[in-house]
Amino acid sequence: MTITPTSPVRDTANVLVRELRPVVRDPFSLIFSLLQPLVFLGLFGPLLVASSGQPASETLQWFVPGILVMIALFGTGTTGSNLLFEMQTGSHERTLVAPIARSSLLIGRALKEMAPIIVQAGVIALVTIPFGFSVNPAGMLIGLVLLAVFGLGFGSLSYALALASRNRDWMFWAVQQATVFPLMILSGMLLPLEGGPAWMQVAAAFNPLSYVVTAERALFAGDLSSPAVLWGFVAAIVLAAIGLAVGIRSMKKSR
Amino acid sequence: MTSQSTSDTIITARGLTKQFTVKRTRVDAVTDLDLDVARGELVAFLGPNGAGKSTSLRMLTTLLPPTRGTAVVAGHDIAGDPAAVRRRIGYIGQGTSGGNNQRVRDELLSQGAFYGMSRRDTARRADELLESLDLAPLAKRTVMGLSGGQKRRLDIALGLIHSPSLLFLDEPSTGLDPQSRANLWQHILDLREQHGTTIFVTTHYLEEADQFAERVLVMDHGRVIVDDTAVSLKTTLAGDVITLGFDGGPDARGAADAIARAREVAARQLEGNAGEVTSAAAGAVGGRPGGASYRAPRSGEAMGGQPGGATNPASRTGDAGATATQRLELVVDHGDRVLPVLLRELDASGITVTSAALRRPTLDDVFLALTGRSLRDEGETTASAASTGAPADPTTATAPTTATASAPERVSA
Repeated sequence: MTITPTSPVRDTANVLVRELRPVVRDPFSLIFSLLQPLVFLGLFGPLLVASSGQPASETLQWFVPGILVMIALFGTGTTGSNLLFEMQTGSHERTLVAPIARSSLLIGRALKEMAPIIVQAGVIALVTIPFGFSVNPAGMLIGLVLLAVFGLGFGSLSYALALASRNRDWMFWAVQQATVFPLMILSGMLLPLEGGPAWMQVAAAFNPLSYVVTAERALFAGDLSSPAVLWGFVAAIVLAAIGLAVGIRSMKKSR
Repeated sequence: MTSQSTSDTIITARGLTKQFTVKRTRVDAVTDLDLDVARGELVAFLGPNGAGKSTSLRMLTTLLPPTRGTAVVAGHDIAGDPAAVRRRIGYIGQGTSGGNNQRVRDELLSQGAFYGMSRRDTARRADELLESLDLAPLAKRTVMGLSGGQKRRLDIALGLIHSPSLLFLDEPSTGLDPQSRANLWQHILDLREQHGTTIFVTTHYLEEADQFAERVLVMDHGRVIVDDTAVSLKTTLAGDVITLGFDGGPDARGAADAIARAREVAARQLEGNAGEVTSAAAGAVGGRPGGASYRAPRSGEAMGGQPGGATNPASRTGDAGATATQRLELVVDHGDRVLPVLLRELDASGITVTSAALRRPTLDDVFLALTGRSLRDEGETTASAASTGAPADPTTATAPTTATASAPERVSA
């Protein structure tokens, strides 16, 4: 048996492939995790239509891009729990003893987060078309890329949180819940913040998620040259850079 | 401990030390570990929970940086070139190596890729391991759906995918039923036989170390307190245990006199170099009439055990109520030669011995002799007397049944 030293790129690809295997083996798991956004679409959507007093199609045009960001937010925010579980059972330890670059252990996992987001967001966008949601194809493609970059960063932070919560899994969930819900509400994802108090609007200005949500709305509407798109990408890329840096650092200290 | 460093040495450690800080208190997990393991050796690291075995292993496998000291494993420094060490060793940790929602064969394929094996090599090796570890029918199952024994076999397969020449196993059989344990050891021994793999295993099951390893390191409180062969440890550090049963009421004084005579006779026969019966046994008989047994301490130190612990089965097997059964335990050297003399002397004194058993010392006895504590029941001193009655080999047919029941089943290689 020839054992050749591997490059970090190869390591990353190997980790990514391992992470994707269960998804490929059981693709329905992706569809089942769409339950939560579907509940929001089905139960919150009609209320929003009723209270806005606007036609359903116009409300959906505003609401659906927010739901797509929600998918990315919840999907990648909880992904650290998988690593937490692998740290508790011992399979993470096994990968630490294998000759894999520590950075690859994080990057491979984080890259995997992009795949379900693209599939899930694509499915939801297409499902809502019959209800009056109109999609600009180019905008949708760019929008999915933006979501994937955001997911990469937020997923990395979730992994970093998992690594920091070793032996204290309550801490993972406490921090995760305490972060995700304020981020969601302060992004104007479910309800417009324009009518809210001034402090909320200030908080939203510091929330990277707000920029991503606004960018997604512009993209799906076909307003590709809007500055909001640029700001959305800036926010997502900065988050991804911070997420990867923190995540890799945590993984290097991982035991 | 011998310090030699030849090309045939696959592990060399010098002064390896690990300290943790837990709640502002320094914990010395491992202190000054010096170690040389030759290629092809099967070494068992024995000690109670928390002795520092796993920490030592985690340092040697690059999982944990040492506080002090150096180690060269499989030709590379654990601190200087951990990646090179990782490529050359296999490690089977205490946990489950397979990811819960991964399929069995998929995990093997991922593992092969992690070690830089080609796709074809990996697939061939994966199927080979699935076959030899009886996992082939489970190849498409997810790890979640496997039994404990099946998970452990997958752990082994994952640890072996790259055919390492040095394999570390951390408590490989903990939590397995006796059959799975026997099976696991069979695989480990086969591996060694077929590929000459060096095997370094930690265990707190002394039977395993006793049975499978030719070299045993006993660890306690972060230090290696002894490093020798299992056989030599047992002959130098613990004596044989003779258990005699008497029927029909206390005849302690007579027995004590006979034992004293037997000791003299045996000592004469063995030309004084061995055959010394540890004192204090006889007095104990008189002190505990009605089904007492006494395990004489090797050293002057008190046992801390409750001698009555092992007597219950004897009383139970004896006549119900009226007649008491007495049992007497002696620790002697060369028990096989002392026992016949003892029986003759007792017979000559008109004392009827109804049962006689000779038990070879176990590593538990060794640990007891070294530390004054029992390995099996760390922290449960009251049970130590009963536990030392655990069988070590077939000569213990009449060993107390409580001890037999509590002792993990032995497996034959």
